[in-house]
Amino acid sequence: MAAGHASIAALPALHETPGLLGLSVLGFNRAQSIAFLALLAALIAGPFFLYPVFLMKLLCFALFACAFNLLIGYVGLLSFGHAMFFGMGGYVSAHAAKVWGFTPELAILAGGAIGACLGVVAGWIAIRRQGIYFAMITLALAQMVFFVCLQAPFTGGEDGIQRVPRGSLFGLIDLSRDMSFYWLVAAVFLAGFLLINRIVHSPFGQVLKAIRENEPRAISLGYRTDDYKLVAFTLSATLAGIAGGTKALVFGIATLTDVYWAMSGEVVLMTLVGGLGTVFGPAMGAAVIVTMQNYLAEFGAWVTVIQGVIFVACVLAFRAGVVGELARVLKVRL
Amino acid sequence: MLEDLLFQLELGLPQVVLGLVNGAFYALLSLGLAVIFGMLNVINFAHGAQFMMGAFVAWMLLNYGGIGYWPALILAPLIVGAFGVVLERTMISRLYKLDHLYGLLLTFGMALIIEGLFRNEFGSSGMPYSPPEILSGPPIDLGFMFLPKYRLWVVVAALVMSLTTWLVIEKTRLGAYLRAATENAALVQAFGVNVPRMVTLTYAAGVALAAFAGVLAAPIYSVNPQMGSSLIIVVFAVVVIGGMGSILGSVVTGFGLGLVEGLTKVVYPEASSTVIFVIMAIVLLARPAGLFGRA
Amino acid sequence: MAQDRRSLLKGAAAAALVPAALAGLPGRARAQANTLKIGVLNDQSGTYRDLSGPGSVQAVRQAVAEMAGKGIQVEVVVADHQNKPDVGATIARQWFDRDGVDAVIDVPTSSVALAVAAIAEEKNKVFINSGAGTADLTGSQCNANTIHWTYDTWMLAHSTGAAMVKAGGDSWFFITADYAFGHALERDTGEFVKAQGGQLLGSIRTPFPGTTDFSSFLVQAQRSRAKVIGLANAGADTINCVKQAAEFGITRRGTKLAGLLVFISDVHALGLKTAQGLVLTETFYWDMNDRTRALTQRIGDIDGGRKPTMVQAGCYAGTLHYLKAALAMGAADARKSGADVIARMKAMPTDDDAFGQGSIRADGRKIHPAYLFEVKSPEESKGPWDYYKLLQTTAAEEAFRPVAAGGCRLTRT
Repeated sequence: MAAGHASIAALPALHETPGLLGLSVLGFNRAQSIAFLALLAALIAGPFFLYPVFLMKLLCFALFACAFNLLIGYVGLLSFGHAMFFGMGGYVSAHAAKVWGFTPELAILAGGAIGACLGVVAGWIAIRRQGIYFAMITLALAQMVFFVCLQAPFTGGEDGIQRVPRGSLFGLIDLSRDMSFYWLVAAVFLAGFLLINRIVHSPFGQVLKAIRENEPRAISLGYRTDDYKLVAFTLSATLAGIAGGTKALVFGIATLTDVYWAMSGEVVLMTLVGGLGTVFGPAMGAAVIVTMQNYLAEFGAWVTVIQGVIFVACVLAFRAGVVGELARVLKVRL
Repeated sequence: MLEDLLFQLELGLPQVVLGLVNGAFYALLSLGLAVIFGMLNVINFAHGAQFMMGAFVAWMLLNYGGIGYWPALILAPLIVGAFGVVLERTMISRLYKLDHLYGLLLTFGMALIIEGLFRNEFGSSGMPYSPPEILSGPPIDLGFMFLPKYRLWVVVAALVMSLTTWLVIEKTRLGAYLRAATENAALVQAFGVNVPRMVTLTYAAGVALAAFAGVLAAPIYSVNPQMGSSLIIVVFAVVVIGGMGSILGSVVTGFGLGLVEGLTKVVYPEASSTVIFVIMAIVLLARPAGLFGRA
Repeated sequence: MAQDRRSLLKGAAAAALVPAALAGLPGRARAQANTLKIGVLNDQSGTYRDLSGPGSVQAVRQAVAEMAGKGIQVEVVVADHQNKPDVGATIARQWFDRDGVDAVIDVPTSSVALAVAAIAEEKNKVFINSGAGTADLTGSQCNANTIHWTYDTWMLAHSTGAAMVKAGGDSWFFITADYAFGHALERDTGEFVKAQGGQLLGSIRTPFPGTTDFSSFLVQAQRSRAKVIGLANAGADTINCVKQAAEFGITRRGTKLAGLLVFISDVHALGLKTAQGLVLTETFYWDMNDRTRALTQRIGDIDGGRKPTMVQAGCYAGTLHYLKAALAMGAADARKSGADVIARMKAMPTDDDAFGQGSIRADGRKIHPAYLFEVKSPEESKGPWDYYKLLQTTAAEEAFRPVAAGGCRLTRT
């Protein structure tokens, strides 16, 4: 960490404008502060206008996408296997809540813990290669985890784990009503979102960005980049596990869908649509994709095609994503 | 002890042969991926979808045009290759200056679109397709097993195709240009070679290889829209194990892993699809660049 | 600068509102008091599209049309659950909570079906499942709001296993998809085979999903010299097995293939040339009798010339019976409590063109005969979709798992 300053100096200044209301503590500039306040307002007002279950699903995916973005956006590593953390988190949380009788907050943490463990192992193997190889290795590892989930007795195979109780927060506050559970989900999302921002704006985060920009140079500055990458990978996996665990409790189910490789593709799509490497992009992308999935359900078979078209359109024309393009138009960072 | 060994051998030999057949598909598909990657630096995620298209085009030729297996073996790769040309010209070519990952993402999107469209049109349970008359008939008695003639043909066809591709790339002038352009495209362009056209045709050739494998697969595997996506992940693992270094490497790895998988099917059948991923993890730990890759 | 900040605020607000606006799009019109709303929730885009999908919707609409003009209004909505339990659960919840849907029909994929069953109970609505196979729907996870109409894995295993032994196939080897569903099929079928005096010669577990080449497993199965190779798998796995068994000449040498979960759509996909001789169980075949043929005529061609599968027929019959019960109670009462409608449906005998006369048991299991079919050879087939010949019939009372063995809490006294 001794050489931290040199690396930061090598990067463009990040805080062009100070954040509002002391939000710069979180690393936000002014535009980001405003966007954050809007997000906060939407979080609070949302359930009064929209269907809470839908919103909870959206928030779980938003957190998943933010966790994923931590890797692709700030370390430049494209993981095509994040479903393993998300899905496994879901299974473990569901199992903990249903069989071991964990309270919801502990069950969610258990999901995060399994994400972390898996992340260390998968990361240790995967970070040996970069770029496309990294993507393919994570994909293959996720496929192995999928096989395990399919066959391990505790996952219930094709049926999944069903009827998972939501339980009571700290064993005290009953969460079976959608509205009460919503606040827990919102809190989990917010905590994860802020944590990621804190990480990104910490000296550690600056080193990650240095690795993204020029890894040989970061190495020559004395950083053991593999260690940094592994920590980032593990953090991302942990948060993905937490997102998956939360989602399992929202619906009371944990199934193979969440470990399947298509889920890894979906989170890439969300992040891409929202804007790679932006603070608010992944959440926005998750919102767009989840909304689409829900309301295109009537169009049946076209869902996959439409998703594909959006993918292609984003890559060809809107590489910065919704938030990225918005930020460009407004000439701010978001 | 010896008896036991003989019994294992008797069980194992047919699996070696059948493993080679599967290996033939891995080899053809990873070969196509390697050719495309070598030239374009793009991992073609749509490879599985193009494999599926090959099988479907063969089916369509038969059912709409009355064109049988043998012409389809040539026509389907050409048609799907032409589709590849369009794809490369209109979309992929815009991404060369960007991070390679965008190519992966674009082709992933394309795979979703292609699969979705085929599912809308043809449903999901699949289409019947029979092997050609001359290759159907009763299986050949090899002494230790009965092998359908068609399977034998698959291995031969895949070997010939791989060898041809290798010869073209390693031994012809065109291949020399290709290899040179991989190293330094600008320089080759300066010598008056039309590099963009060469890139387009390379992509088309890689795609055609996938379609060729698709036609080969049509008589023995279920012809359905998701037939490619279930295979492509295994092929990715094959590619990672082999490394992207050489054409020959991808062929050898393809056949080799088919063999390993085949043998696992006797010893421990439950693990036969996981075994490739386990090998991948081991290879990565020992030789991060893959067996044949350049570091 | 002020201008800047305003546009910025607008941008941020717009960013926050886009999904909100999108989510608000669909009309939230609640159904009228005397209008029943039926939601068909199934797979429109994936593996099960051909056996349920648009055909199920067509079948439900046919049932609704037949009940039209009898005093109840019926509205049908459709959604694709994409075989994802979370998508299915969100849609079902939203349908019940916001859109005033009274009954959900079909729902293939057991993970989604079990999730929807739990939601139907929580919201006291009606769930008539046709597409899913898990026997847990009327067993350990049964509830008072769910009816399982068409088939389940226990019935398939029983009919194919027991009836096949009676028909002479008394030694078996299994090729089993290596996950809970495959294991259950193998275990159940094996028990029936043994109970009938048959012999189990072995089994082999194949990785699932992702196995496309079954030839080595088939070769191993053949070595056992079993008379019947039981395919404890489904969908593309079964299709690949049958295709490759034909290629290796296994069926030609007298070994029978028994598919434990095969639909007529799969047979169509295989073609008679490949599928001939395959033995399987279904509860509905379009060419069974005059009533089924008349119904097939009325439903019409599905997806360009397909005949209805048993799942689609189950959607028709289930909807018809639901509407009959709702009519008897009055639409307003039927809307109030799903459990009441289900109770009424159980109390009334069923009668429809698809399954004939039958009844629904206390545990929610609809019972009707199970038929063991053999796929015809191309020479035997007289026309398109003339695929099956009947080998054995298992009576309705024996076809399904006895109530006591299911462990459904509704039937405990």
